[in-house]
Amino acid sequence: MTTAMTTANANEAAVAKYKNNFLKEVEATVEEGHWVKMCMQCGVCAGSCPFGPHWEHSPQKIFMMIRAGKREEVLKSDAMWMCTSCYNCMVRCPRQLPITHIMHGLANYSYRLGLSPKGQPNQAIAKLFWDSALKYGRVNELKFSLAMYFRDGFVQGVKNALAMQGVGLGLVKAGRLNPMEIISGHTCKDTSGIHKMIAKAREIEDRRRGLA
Amino acid sequence: MTKKQYAFYPGCSSQKGASAANYITSFGVICDKLDIQLNEIPDWNCCAASIGYAEGGELPRIVMGARNLALSDQHLPGQDIVSGCPACWLANREATERLQHSSSLMAEANEALKEVSLNLRTDFNTKSRHFTEVLIEDIGYAGMKAPVIKPLDGVKIAGYVGCQANRPYGIAGESFENPQYLDKMIETCGAEAVPYDQKVTCCGGALAFSEPEKAQALIRNIVESAYDHGADLIVTPCPLCQANVEIYQSEINKKKGTKFNMPVVYYTQLLNVAYGGSIKEAGLDGQLIRAEKLEKIAGK
Repeated sequence: MTTAMTTANANEAAVAKYKNNFLKEVEATVEEGHWVKMCMQCGVCAGSCPFGPHWEHSPQKIFMMIRAGKREEVLKSDAMWMCTSCYNCMVRCPRQLPITHIMHGLANYSYRLGLSPKGQPNQAIAKLFWDSALKYGRVNELKFSLAMYFRDGFVQGVKNALAMQGVGLGLVKAGRLNPMEIISGHTCKDTSGIHKMIAKAREIEDRRRGLA
Repeated sequence: MTKKQYAFYPGCSSQKGASAANYITSFGVICDKLDIQLNEIPDWNCCAASIGYAEGGELPRIVMGARNLALSDQHLPGQDIVSGCPACWLANREATERLQHSSSLMAEANEALKEVSLNLRTDFNTKSRHFTEVLIEDIGYAGMKAPVIKPLDGVKIAGYVGCQANRPYGIAGESFENPQYLDKMIETCGAEAVPYDQKVTCCGGALAFSEPEKAQALIRNIVESAYDHGADLIVTPCPLCQANVEIYQSEINKKKGTKFNMPVVYYTQLLNVAYGGSIKEAGLDGQLIRAEKLEKIAGK
């Protein structure tokens, strides 16, 4: 079994391999990245995004920046992390680019290279969600919520949890949040198999993307 | 009458004691009345959802889907895979399409599936569908109307379709900008679908958790527009839309001084009550903001 490179090594290797051709790098390593060159810069995606006002760069800008070789600016941006996965940009794109998937792919690639902004809240939730889903094969909503509240330390966690206490108790009363999930929650039977399966999938993908 | 058989993928939020537990409760009466049988896929795992991208990447995410597809194909061959959750539906359908379109991705997925002693046949093309598609396409609006014994007369409803029940796939023949199916379902139940300009607005999705201020600004518009158009309640086909739009109303009230108290229910709860289901059968006891107008009809 090959081991994944350290993130710093993976980044250096990618820089060396693709030289200054960032578009080529994106095409080879980013999910659906081969579509980027098809963008015709109409801006419909930028105007369609529910979190549009909060992005550093719209998808339209990101695609042009990729073509202009702005590697650091793109991969260190928080832009891709602001995607709510609403798919507005994707269904409205006149060239039918899978914009949502490209944004997800860019976020994942920047994260794997260790370039994504540290402490970005949506990156934190994305990681916690995946970890929760993998651990038991199914998401444990209670542990996932608590992990989210406590991600900035215990004191902030207690504050966050207390602030949402009313909602939490309401959900418990309505039968939609089970306090017992903290001890024993829903789980798949074959969790160990799932762990092995995902480790294998990651190994294959890392190898394909030059991250291993 | 023989029942229509489907492989059922409940998804994490629809499990007992989870945030959409009452949604699944409300399926019971509907399946009975419409002769639908949902057969749960054994040992299904999380669909990986959209938010799984950051840590998961492409192949691990697709493989999570592929395991569910392979289990369904093995245990419930030939049955369409049905989910009530748009995010699950999207993930299952996307996994199927991506695997169909790329033989190399299929080969990679099968290499990973060996670890769980499963294999997805390379010609796998079973449909993944949302429960609304089963109702609309297999039962039809007339069929849905037939068992109505308590029309929801005088109830005004804002049909909130949201994102993933509508994009990128949506319901066949519907527009992304102004889908009609939810309004038609509301009217099938005898209620009135009010005009609603926030029909396909995003609720913030998973980011409601991590970007509360930004998401609550969207949720505020969704609720406010329902009030502006005289709605008694909002109806949705999505567990995450339901949870976000219902749960955060009290937070918005605290921060913005609004007095939101707008019930948010599922389309299945409307049908359930119209078919004569009780408050409990319709899962109306699972609301944080009780849907009094529906409870009154269900209690009759």
